[in-house]
Amino acid sequence: MARNDDDADARADGVRLVPFGPGALLAEVGSADAALGLALHARAARAPAREVVPAATTVLFDGLDDARAHAVVHEIVSAWSPRSALPPGETVEIPTAYDGADLDGLADLWGTDRHGVIERHGAIEFVSAFCGFAPGFAYLSGLPEGLAVPRLATPRPRVPAGSVALADTWCGVYPTASPGGWRLIGRTDVALWDAARERPALLAPGTRVRFVPR
Amino acid sequence: MSAADTWEILEVGGLVTVQDAGRAGLAHLGVPHAGWLDAPAARRAHRLLGNHESAALLEVTLGGLRLRAGAARWIAVTGASCEVRVDGVARGHGVAVWLPAGAELRLGPALDGVRSYLAVSGGLDVEPVLGSRATDTLAWVGPPRVTAGAVLPLGRPAGAPRAVDVHRPVRPGPLRVHPGPRADWFAPDALDRLCATTYHVAPDSDRIGLRVTGAPLTRVVEGELASEGMVLGAVQVPPDGLPVVLLADHPTTGGYPVVAVVDVVDLARCAQLRPGEPVEFRRA
Repeated sequence: MARNDDDADARADGVRLVPFGPGALLAEVGSADAALGLALHARAARAPAREVVPAATTVLFDGLDDARAHAVVHEIVSAWSPRSALPPGETVEIPTAYDGADLDGLADLWGTDRHGVIERHGAIEFVSAFCGFAPGFAYLSGLPEGLAVPRLATPRPRVPAGSVALADTWCGVYPTASPGGWRLIGRTDVALWDAARERPALLAPGTRVRFVPR
Repeated sequence: MSAADTWEILEVGGLVTVQDAGRAGLAHLGVPHAGWLDAPAARRAHRLLGNHESAALLEVTLGGLRLRAGAARWIAVTGASCEVRVDGVARGHGVAVWLPAGAELRLGPALDGVRSYLAVSGGLDVEPVLGSRATDTLAWVGPPRVTAGAVLPLGRPAGAPRAVDVHRPVRPGPLRVHPGPRADWFAPDALDRLCATTYHVAPDSDRIGLRVTGAPLTRVVEGELASEGMVLGAVQVPPDGLPVVLLADHPTTGGYPVVAVVDVVDLARCAQLRPGEPVEFRRA
């Protein structure tokens, strides 16, 4: 198939494949949901990549050893449509104590009270779109634009492990204590990351997530 | 393994970590790849001992190391050159060296370069984490950092040491780069500017990235880049305009635009550049 390593390979329905150095391709798909869809499709199609990494608007195919691997990734991406539905993922429930330090601030932002925040957050079925920042830290999509939350102007030097937090239209749960600028809504005792577990990341990309008040 | 088949770490200078070829296939879970930074040097150490290339060894940064051998084994030191002493007697760098049981091994500070590799016949048999014995210093996945008092189990020797192997130190020279996916976020001549500038290695360089000082690159696209997957060797440009070459422990996703990607062959140079040394880029 025709391929040009120097230029982005534009496609009619808006997916672009851009070279990311000689051994990787970056697919630009425009949204986190589309990125997740393409990543799951590519895994199912056994893309010859060492890493398939969905992110906010892209999917990285890294570790493409030769021209053949590049060509196969091009074919797999061509065969995927951004309109294809996500395969149903497993649903994980996260028991949550809604006592985050930013709960009242969120209530003000959303024009409601604490109960209103808990109700709205608990009603959403989130989907783990991608992981990053730390092992097992999943960017959960599902918060509508109207409830988008600005990050803190000054990040906290230490956010405790298990903190459930919001930023922009993302929800996340901190797997380990770390600095962080997301707004804290609550906390959970569930282990998000355990390297000794068969599935070390509880919220691997594609997992559906519900927060249940505790 | 008997209790004696161990090394007892007596003293470390700088950062000392257990490394192997790294942890592949977990970037989508946010797990950095990790693994030795100067791959040719690390592999040479294993070859000298007849080890499997996937075996684990120690990456010793700048400051040297002292340890007590619980069992007799062949060892090899490669990478940054340094004094190698067994019970005070000077031994070779880049060759197989016999380390008797009970002997004290001392690696001096790096004389050139940054990272020396200390391999042992049979490899280090620390517990693997997610299929690898490499220590990731970003999220600390893998064996803990090696500190004084640590006891490291040794694997069973598999082959005989070789008498010779070609010692090929990292040659100085520019880092060859390929255009990055976000080169268009910078002024049109950004890649030329990158390649025309002499930078200097910044002291806060580490296993996550090679940082440099010098003339900043100018961005023409404002705003934030949505986080995207990152590759080894990616030349990321944060808001201060100073490029950072991502190394083995880099975060799996990043939000700074990548102007170029360093060729994998030149990553060993990145591993051995000392703070303050000049660093230049060239188009691959």
